[in-house]
Amino acid sequence: MKNNDLFKYTLQLADDVMILGHRLSEWTGHGPVLEQDIALSNIALDLIGEARNLYQYAAKQEGNGKTEDDYPYKRDVLQWTNALIVEQKNGDFAQTIVRQFLFDCYHYYHLEALSKSTDEQMAFIGAKSVKEARYHLQYSAEWMVRLGDGTEESHARMQQAIEDKMHYFEELFIPTAAESRLVESGVAVDLAPIRVKAYAKLNEVIKESTLKLPEDIYTQQGGRNGVHTEHFGYILAELQYMQKSYPNMQW
Amino acid sequence: MELSLEQKFQEKIDRDERIEPRDWMPDSYRKTLVRQISQHAHSELVGMLPEGNWISRAPSLRRKLGLMAKVQDEAGHGLYLYSAAETLGVERDTMFDQLHSGKAKYSSIFNYPTLTWADIGAIGWLVDGAAIMNQVPLCRCSYGPYARAMVRVCKEESFHQRQGFEIMLTLCQGTPEQKAMAQDALNRWWWPSLMMFGPNDAESPNTKQSMAWNIKRFSNDELRQRFVDMTVPQAELLGIKIPDPDLKLNEETGNYHFGAINWDEFWQVVKGHGPCNKDRLAARVKAHEEGAWVREAAMAYAEKQENRLNKAKTA
Ligand SMILES: [Fe+2]
Ligand SMILES: [Fe+2]
Repeated sequence: MKNNDLFKYTLQLADDVMILGHRLSEWTGHGPVLEQDIALSNIALDLIGEARNLYQYAAKQEGNGKTEDDYPYKRDVLQWTNALIVEQKNGDFAQTIVRQFLFDCYHYYHLEALSKSTDEQMAFIGAKSVKEARYHLQYSAEWMVRLGDGTEESHARMQQAIEDKMHYFEELFIPTAAESRLVESGVAVDLAPIRVKAYAKLNEVIKESTLKLPEDIYTQQGGRNGVHTEHFGYILAELQYMQKSYPNMQW
Repeated sequence: MELSLEQKFQEKIDRDERIEPRDWMPDSYRKTLVRQISQHAHSELVGMLPEGNWISRAPSLRRKLGLMAKVQDEAGHGLYLYSAAETLGVERDTMFDQLHSGKAKYSSIFNYPTLTWADIGAIGWLVDGAAIMNQVPLCRCSYGPYARAMVRVCKEESFHQRQGFEIMLTLCQGTPEQKAMAQDALNRWWWPSLMMFGPNDAESPNTKQSMAWNIKRFSNDELRQRFVDMTVPQAELLGIKIPDPDLKLNEETGNYHFGAINWDEFWQVVKGHGPCNKDRLAARVKAHEEGAWVREAAMAYAEKQENRLNKAKTA
């Protein structure tokens, strides 16, 4: 597999949205309210659509007859470079919403900046997806508030979800070496200002939802280097089931 | 002579006009519609489960997106239909209770398992295909909100059917293993698909009244025959065989004669003893129960917001 900075960066961005979209799609048919079932499926469709654009770009960079499907369906755990937050289990609706909101805080501002990338294709993908991500952030922020400031039970579940998920947030803002090198040429997004915007949004919504951030937040990381949580193998077992059972066929 | 309400109602129906929620209607008309529309809505909802079972395992990005979009469409159909039923004065929660208690039925086809990827193709091709047969005439149903919901639904169903057929075609043009997978799926889904049209006309006592009310336009057997006539040439195109040794073209009528349907199996599944009845209902009940706190919180929050707004107004 190709190994230059742009290629790595493309896959890293793709892997984030691929895995989160895959996770969200597990809700389809099982949502707490029919309208929210539809909304979560919608977000999943957007995210996997974005992943598809990025994997297509990766395939184009690599050439050699590679296709968009080679990356999600033929790589093993250590080759995936998504952040750990996206692979966390859905849990209850509170855990899903908190995971989504934290990711959206990063994703929206990140895409906004990516749409100004000096790399034309990256800029194109960023501009296309940022419109969707704006809606995702609005959706998850609304549910943060609604559930945080809803009943005693919903508040408790949301507070628990924040405690559980918060230590996966910071990883989204730690650049890889390849990413840092690409920032200089304006291809990759500089994460420092994104982090400031994301935290501002986070704090605003946490306050409105009457929730509290944990006192000491430690940071879990490793996804960007292929060191994942134990859930990850099971995601791949399902995602790649057909490719493993029936290799090299067209579907 | 002054016409009775009932006579005026029937005259309107006979002129092929639409009945709207505020119009007077006989109680039995309302009841029949509530039963049919809610049963239809439940079918859309439960129908998400067998296909949803393959979203996480779909074999390519394109197929994954296609399947997700399809299953999401079915949720949308459920939504339109629950709304249509609500115009007749029944709440969504009441309909859910009836589904969960087993009192309300849904299409039996969804009580069969999806075992291979080919089942996703077969469901789109056959099950959505049969649904279209049933539903296109409903676009002219006498009850306005139902008819209008069906217009939107039918557009999407024909897309589903094409997508399913295209999955089957890809399999049939693939490796021998893939083609065998397609054949196996046709073997398992063919007869349950024919059962989707309901009992034979002779066993279907409500059909006559439903037709007089312009709810139904064609009988079960007529629709089933059309479906067979449409589908047999498609199977030929795919190069797979319909699992019916009695299937034969009647040269005179141009219709395909087909073998006897196993109605014992049909009634078994209707009664709740199909392969997946328990799992399907359990999945719906679980989603509903686990979602209770979410719905309560949303209501509590909406109330709080309203109070805040009122306070701000009076302050
Ligand atoms: Fe449908
Ligand atoms: Fe459909």
